[in-house]
Amino acid sequence: MIVNGVERPRPGSARRLLSDYLRHDLGLTGTHVGCEHGVCGCCTVLMDGRPVRSCLMLGVQAEGHQVTTIEGLAPSNEALHPVQQAFKECHGLQCGFCTPGFVLAIAGLLAENPSPSEQEIEEGIAGNLCRCTGYASIRRAVFRAVELSGGSRPE
Amino acid sequence: MTTRWFGERVLRSEDERLLRGRGRYTDDLGEGALEGCFVRSPYAHARVVFVDVEAARRAPGVRAVYTAADLPFGEMDLPLLIPHPALTQGRTQRCLASRIVRYAGEAVAFVVAEDRYLAEDAADLVEVEYEPLPVVANLEAAAGAERLVHPDVPGNVAAELTQDAGDVEAALEASPRRRRLRLRYERGAAQPMEGRAVWARWDAGERRLTVYDSTQSPTSIRGGLAVLFDLPETSVEVIAPDVGGAFGPKIMLFYPDELLVPHAAMQLGRPVKWTEDRREHFTAVNHERAQLHEVEVGYDDEGRIQGLDVDFVHDAGAYTPYGLILPIITAAQLPGPYRVPAYRVRFRDLYTNLTPTSPYRGAGRPQACFVIERVMDSIAAELGLERAEVRRRNFIQPDQFPYDTGLSWQDGSRAVYDSGDYPRLLEECLRLLGPRPAGDNVGMGLGVYVEGTGVGPYEGAHVQVLVSGKVVASTAVPSQGQGHATVFAQVVADALGVDVADVEVHGGDTRRLQWGVGTFASRSAVMAGNAMHVAAGLVAEKAKRIASEQLEVDSADLELAGGEVRVRGTPDRAIPLSTLAVLSNPLRYAFGGGAEMATQFTPKPRQGPPLERGEQPGLEATGYYSPPGSAWASGAHAAYVHVDPDTYRLEILRYVAVHDCGRVINPLILEGQVQGGVAQGIGGAFYERLAYDEEGQLRNASFMEFLMPYSTEVPELVIGHLETPSPLNPLGVKGAGEAGVIPVGAVVASAVEDALGIPVTEMPLSPLRLFDLDRLRAGRPR
Ligand code: FES
Ligand code: FES
Repeated sequence: MIVNGVERPRPGSARRLLSDYLRHDLGLTGTHVGCEHGVCGCCTVLMDGRPVRSCLMLGVQAEGHQVTTIEGLAPSNEALHPVQQAFKECHGLQCGFCTPGFVLAIAGLLAENPSPSEQEIEEGIAGNLCRCTGYASIRRAVFRAVELSGGSRPE
Repeated sequence: MTTRWFGERVLRSEDERLLRGRGRYTDDLGEGALEGCFVRSPYAHARVVFVDVEAARRAPGVRAVYTAADLPFGEMDLPLLIPHPALTQGRTQRCLASRIVRYAGEAVAFVVAEDRYLAEDAADLVEVEYEPLPVVANLEAAAGAERLVHPDVPGNVAAELTQDAGDVEAALEASPRRRRLRLRYERGAAQPMEGRAVWARWDAGERRLTVYDSTQSPTSIRGGLAVLFDLPETSVEVIAPDVGGAFGPKIMLFYPDELLVPHAAMQLGRPVKWTEDRREHFTAVNHERAQLHEVEVGYDDEGRIQGLDVDFVHDAGAYTPYGLILPIITAAQLPGPYRVPAYRVRFRDLYTNLTPTSPYRGAGRPQACFVIERVMDSIAAELGLERAEVRRRNFIQPDQFPYDTGLSWQDGSRAVYDSGDYPRLLEECLRLLGPRPAGDNVGMGLGVYVEGTGVGPYEGAHVQVLVSGKVVASTAVPSQGQGHATVFAQVVADALGVDVADVEVHGGDTRRLQWGVGTFASRSAVMAGNAMHVAAGLVAEKAKRIASEQLEVDSADLELAGGEVRVRGTPDRAIPLSTLAVLSNPLRYAFGGGAEMATQFTPKPRQGPPLERGEQPGLEATGYYSPPGSAWASGAHAAYVHVDPDTYRLEILRYVAVHDCGRVINPLILEGQVQGGVAQGIGGAFYERLAYDEEGQLRNASFMEFLMPYSTEVPELVIGHLETPSPLNPLGVKGAGEAGVIPVGAVVASAVEDALGIPVTEMPLSPLRLFDLDRLRAGRPR
């Protein structure tokens, strides 16, 4: 599989979760594990551009796919991805544990639909839990990300 | 000093790293460590007949399996953290249970293997035979005392305590009106998104133990480990790296893993790590909140309280490691912002066969606020008064501070409110709330609270100007997302006249500062914030002393600004802090980077030793802050809600939070704390219920069934600030971390009652519960 643009060997064991493979075999620890049962969204990564929950997949299931983790999202060491930038400007994170999952879910959403409606934004983040922020700043960050990536902001 | 950063909406310095996935949470560290996994009791109360670990020991990749019998400290009761004279029947658990288990989730064995998968495989092979015992599954069963959690604790009563201020019986007797209420609050759970985790490494050569722990108090863990393992405390290092939320229960010494992981690392000579999974978090990590209150209130025809008599029971869970802090806080905070001329409160702390309890954001206050605000609403209903008006008539007035409640506080001192303006809070809150939206089944809810924040004993900070001119500031309190690195940098930057971006803050690492207490009780901004202010002030003084000698100007004529010390009114006569940092350390060897300035033949010759008497090298200082008493924050929340009459779904139409935490260091971060606290409060008021059955089994131990709010359940708050500075500390700040959560139960109860006309006497509510209550009211129970 290709992870953040780099070809990676298949997981050593068939039962290895994709989340464990990324975190512990590849050292990409920005992918977080909050529940390991598919509800919190902390482990969200992009597979072929689409958000998936890496705790619900085996590593071997990602074979032949392109995986993007939070480490691979920003274009460079200097610049952030618009969603990351928006989170920073809007205080969209506190402890930061849920953050990579939210950022990737939103990045996936905006890649598919650069000018989402308010309803589409609400749905886009409705599968991720955050226990710190109370979500208001995350919603603001999505609006800001739409702006930063050149989409038109919902009225 | 020109204050520049204090009060600004400075963006967080933590964020870039966290946004790039470069956070360092405990489970991100220690690749290659052995990994642990627990075997936990499935029973809430049982005798352990035998534990057979032989098969597990032989399983592939297993390096050790521990039971109580294998541990040198296996027969030791874990410490009772906060002893209290009234806690006559305190009980704590052992690291691993060997004879009796007293809650489902109590640890019985610990497996260490090459990786987590192998450890879990082996844990499945551990055979434990249990003989179930009768279970005390709730407060009623505990109070009934037909079954005992600890056979030697009569009535399941860990402690009983009565406090009074004024003659309550005479006051009730003399009151024209009296009312009784029975109010219930159920168990809740903090559920930070990161579970707990511990990683330990033992350096046998240096005899040094290093532990990374997702804890709120690394200094205490360090002290405890040094005692337990008989090591000099100077050879034990404990670090709380990035912590993915905590909200209270990550401060407990010790959870079994906090001993077993270091023990295994020392014994096996390899780093060992344990990372909790969500399922075990539900029962292995402390809960809070369950209380049952019997209240009698006496008041006059104007709605003014004359006397308040409260008798409540608190669900301790199976053990009392945290002492009586929770019921003590509830008891002391129950009168809240109101004048209660005569108050008596008795509580009993009762054992149940459930997970132990310790503070969870709010810590006894959501219950206290719920009780007193229900009392206020019931007085209003009885007298036909506006709910806000009853509160106005009972408020402590702004000219009554400091206000002595006559009650004893959680640190043993008297609870004396330092400052506040409750009438203004309420008026501002109502103003922001605006008119009631049109429509049926819409209700208005109201809740006012006070919160004793920033308890001692003390906190410290070390501030150092590097030879580059950058500043490093360290404190023992760790951050779990509250933005310490930003707000403390603001405080230090002001004192040193530098840019906030030039201050790097470290927290929760005993290698950087070994003295301190921890992050809890909304105390970090008050305690560590003021310690930063003190330490940075000492550094500023020292910088002026050195500069005054160099510039031959009196210290009093110098100021720190723009990264330099300069002569007031003559800004071109200045020395950069970087130069002063070099000069602060007299040298023999010039090692580059401008160090030659400080070597022995370079500076102006002067009398006496190179390092002046009493002076220390380095442009650095350590400062401490120890408070004379708690700083009392306060707030008023109000909401309009709509409850669907068919589905009983709750929709929050508007939610206003006005709060007063003294001077505000960073409004951006503060608003985040309030919004997040309210979200947690909404969860605890309407969605989250720990569903224990009669056997003491938690039936909803997953995020599928324990419903925490998503974005769809949490509205954007309208937030208002009021600042009555605390006179007790130099910065004038009060704590803000817990505030948001405190009144939400009271507000939701008040609003739902108003919307549906159903009397609300319990928390949490849920659509199903409202359906039942509505049926009951209509005389048609389900
Ligand atoms: S960790 Fe995968 S959804 Fe929670
Ligand atoms: S920022 Fe802590 S869980 Fe979202």
